[in-house]
Amino acid sequence: MRSFDDISAALSEHATTCENIIQEYLATIDARRDLNAFLAVDAERALVRARQVDEKRMGGDAGPLAGMVVAVKDNICIKDWNTTCASKILEEFVAPYNATTIEKLSDADAIIIGKTNMDEFAMGSSTENSAFGRVKHPVDASRVPGGSSGGSAVAVSAGMCTTALGSDTGGSIRQPASFTGIVGLKPTYGRVSRYGLVAFASSLDQIGPFAVTVRDAARLLQAIAGHDERDSTTAKVPVPDYLTALNRDVKGLKIGVPREYFDESLRNDIRAAIETQLDILRSAGAEVRQVSLPHADYTVATYYILATAEASSNLARFDGARYGFRADDASTLKENYTKSRSRGFGQEVKRRIMLGTYVLSSGYYDAYYLKGQKVRRLISSDFERALSEVDVLIGPTSPTTSFKAGEKTDDPLQMYLSDIYTTSANLAGIPAVSIPCGTDGNNLPIGLQIMGKQFDEETVLRVADFLETRA
Amino acid sequence: MLRAEGIIIDVPSWNDTYEPVIGLEVHAQLLTRSKAFCGCSTQFGTGPNTNVCPVCLGLPGALPVLNRKVVDFTIRMGLATRCTIAPRAIFARKNYFYPDLPKGYQISQYESPICSNGYVELESEQGRRRIGITRIHMEEDAGKSIHDADADTLVDVNRCGVPLMEIVSEPDLRSPREASLYMKKMRQLVTYLGICDGNMEEGSLRCDANVSVRRKGETTFGTKTEVKNMNSFRFVERALEYEIHRQIDLLERGEPVVQQTLLWDSTAGEVRPMRSKEEAHDYRYFPEPDLVPVMVDDPWVEEIRASLPELPDERLNRFVREYQLPQYDAGVLADEKDLADYYEQTARSLKSTNAESYKLASNWTMGDVLRVINEQQIAARDLPVSPAALAGMIDLVVDGTISSKIAKEVFDEMLRTGEGAVQVVERKGLVQMSDRTALEKIVDEVLERNRGQVEQYVSGKKQVFGFFVGEMMKATKGKANPRIVNELLQEKLGARTK
Repeated sequence: MRSFDDISAALSEHATTCENIIQEYLATIDARRDLNAFLAVDAERALVRARQVDEKRMGGDAGPLAGMVVAVKDNICIKDWNTTCASKILEEFVAPYNATTIEKLSDADAIIIGKTNMDEFAMGSSTENSAFGRVKHPVDASRVPGGSSGGSAVAVSAGMCTTALGSDTGGSIRQPASFTGIVGLKPTYGRVSRYGLVAFASSLDQIGPFAVTVRDAARLLQAIAGHDERDSTTAKVPVPDYLTALNRDVKGLKIGVPREYFDESLRNDIRAAIETQLDILRSAGAEVRQVSLPHADYTVATYYILATAEASSNLARFDGARYGFRADDASTLKENYTKSRSRGFGQEVKRRIMLGTYVLSSGYYDAYYLKGQKVRRLISSDFERALSEVDVLIGPTSPTTSFKAGEKTDDPLQMYLSDIYTTSANLAGIPAVSIPCGTDGNNLPIGLQIMGKQFDEETVLRVADFLETRA
Repeated sequence: MLRAEGIIIDVPSWNDTYEPVIGLEVHAQLLTRSKAFCGCSTQFGTGPNTNVCPVCLGLPGALPVLNRKVVDFTIRMGLATRCTIAPRAIFARKNYFYPDLPKGYQISQYESPICSNGYVELESEQGRRRIGITRIHMEEDAGKSIHDADADTLVDVNRCGVPLMEIVSEPDLRSPREASLYMKKMRQLVTYLGICDGNMEEGSLRCDANVSVRRKGETTFGTKTEVKNMNSFRFVERALEYEIHRQIDLLERGEPVVQQTLLWDSTAGEVRPMRSKEEAHDYRYFPEPDLVPVMVDDPWVEEIRASLPELPDERLNRFVREYQLPQYDAGVLADEKDLADYYEQTARSLKSTNAESYKLASNWTMGDVLRVINEQQIAARDLPVSPAALAGMIDLVVDGTISSKIAKEVFDEMLRTGEGAVQVVERKGLVQMSDRTALEKIVDEVLERNRGQVEQYVSGKKQVFGFFVGEMMKATKGKANPRIVNELLQEKLGARTK
């Protein structure tokens, strides 16, 4: 795994070129095809772009991300690339436009190498729900890399690219980052434009970076953050300089530890790993104190009501009329819908569409969707209260480390509980990062989550960077 | 009996122990230049699927961004109908599957509409009536399905995302006539406000009706049906007549009215079931998460209020005041903005600014101008005779250059050639003869030629006076000044009587 700092240094010493870097990544991608991290790699396009960036570097006018090679989750539209969302129903869809994040990456001279595998429509916590085969864990191929952005996590952790974009609706960046031992950041809701991100749950989705280091995550966030006229939900909050925030000093910071995240159900090795980090912070002069998030127990239930409700509507456009996939034996309009959707979507997607349709149905709306909205507000105010007392909250990213493929596929509830610590940041709209903090007995990475105030990615990244340098 | 060929009647044609209860949902296509949630043009008549982009095509990943003009236009209607304007309006998704709806949902409003609780006033057969407006909300239009000869369905999504305003009335209407008057009122308001072209045939203004009947005196409502697809004022009346009769017949036979959606078929002259309650959609409305709430502050509302044009009732009153027109004239002229504008421009172009010439302009506008625009189905502003040209002609009448009779001929010629009045009058030599001496000579000739009639007159049969006038006009090809002819005839015949 090479950080962008390593690459930048090598480039400025003329030890390598962007073209060489692409060649090396392509070789790694080729050598680790077994991991199934990528759904599409465009070597030609990447090499052409690399030569352009090399030329710009010679001219001295290259962008801030020149030499950064990025993999993009396959639910983010890149013009003229297939954007499949790892679904059969979108297999033939070629995006005719760029997501805002892609335009921004291109403006910063990052080079895109390919599109990564994922759980279908970002629904899953293991990247086993891909219509194009599961993604394997680089350390142990029988295990999962987490999800839904498993392809992006593996691409970075296995050295197939410098950084990657994922999307996080309930933990889909942080949990796979945790499972694969890298950095994964979910920005504040409204910090990064969703224009061009195929929606799963619009009020929860955010695009964010995967990186080897916190500094690289900060750099990538810097490039993609900011208000976008094409996304009304982006905020007009100025984007600070994230790199300068990484001052390696946590003295006087108040760190909150949510009591509810450390109950008896937490695995001992994970608890111990987190506590080691808390000790480091304490000894560096940070104040660590316990806080409470009283509605934590309702997080997963609330999340699965609201996310599926929005998903059932967002996925209605895939109806067999457009995007290529259509049942060829339908004789009526209704049959075309039912057959195309029954065959085009995978099990988990269908399950969530049904759940979401149910919770929005007349007669159930108040009991589920509306109640869910109310509880969401309670959860948000829990965080507001806690974060008015402390600067950041720290806890585990996931209740487990990487699990075996197939272990939870027959038990959706167990799978959903993988998101127990991550969904709350989406419901509250706050930024959260997962960073590696040691490994378990099977040499599998453990992840630590840092959550902060809305639009305060600076402090979240500052604490993460500090712990990374002390690890 | 059910009757297909509805005759428009002011008196209920049904068993008058029953009373219909009607509420209308009016959809008006807003005249914004770009669509509601993207920058695409709302222009019609371009090739199929040309005014489209990722947003209105509903492509995966595309997001809507609200066009503030849509809010602006809807607030205008809200103010014109005395609605309360919500400080915070929320968009909602209305979910249903249809091929002309690319996203699988329509962006609309549900729980927090932008305008609510207003009213309009009508003059109906039951006197002055106040009809409540429940709500006015914003939404986007769907595309158009075209069923071609090969039984394929083609979809044109140009119309997708074109902004609509839905105006929902209270169930305050009590007859088909009132419903159509209400619809006319809506048309009048949107055209006056300049927010919709009001064209019902082309569907830019459309309405659905909720109808039920109950015994007079009852306070609860009967089971209602929804009637769709009434694309003219006449069809609103005919469809409702039909449906009211149908419901009363059912009740008279002791059968229940079934809640359902019905479609008006104008060719067959009947309503037909479209879907029953069991098949009714569950639209699963929920707040649109891709859009933020619309915050409407007082300065914005006041800015819109200040920019409101003069509304029909105000204009009527002003016409009475400013042009000294009878109430009736002002009512006819102010009814349609287009005609009112025509009249007003004519009046303002007149050289003679007195009550007489204003009234003359009114007579011409309500008479020949209205007749021609109705015959030719054109807007007054498209009439070949411009307001300035009409004013020019009226000035010639007022200053005596041409007679009123000749004016008709001049008007027809102006209509045909697009020439000005002065040109026509000169080219055709239509200037009125007002030369007393010349006319006196002709009078003498006429009297000389018709001695028999002169004797009749002298012997007391005064009715023949008209005959002499006619002869004078014949002799002068209608150009004789009628006033002078009258005077001369009175004079000459009077002299003989003595």
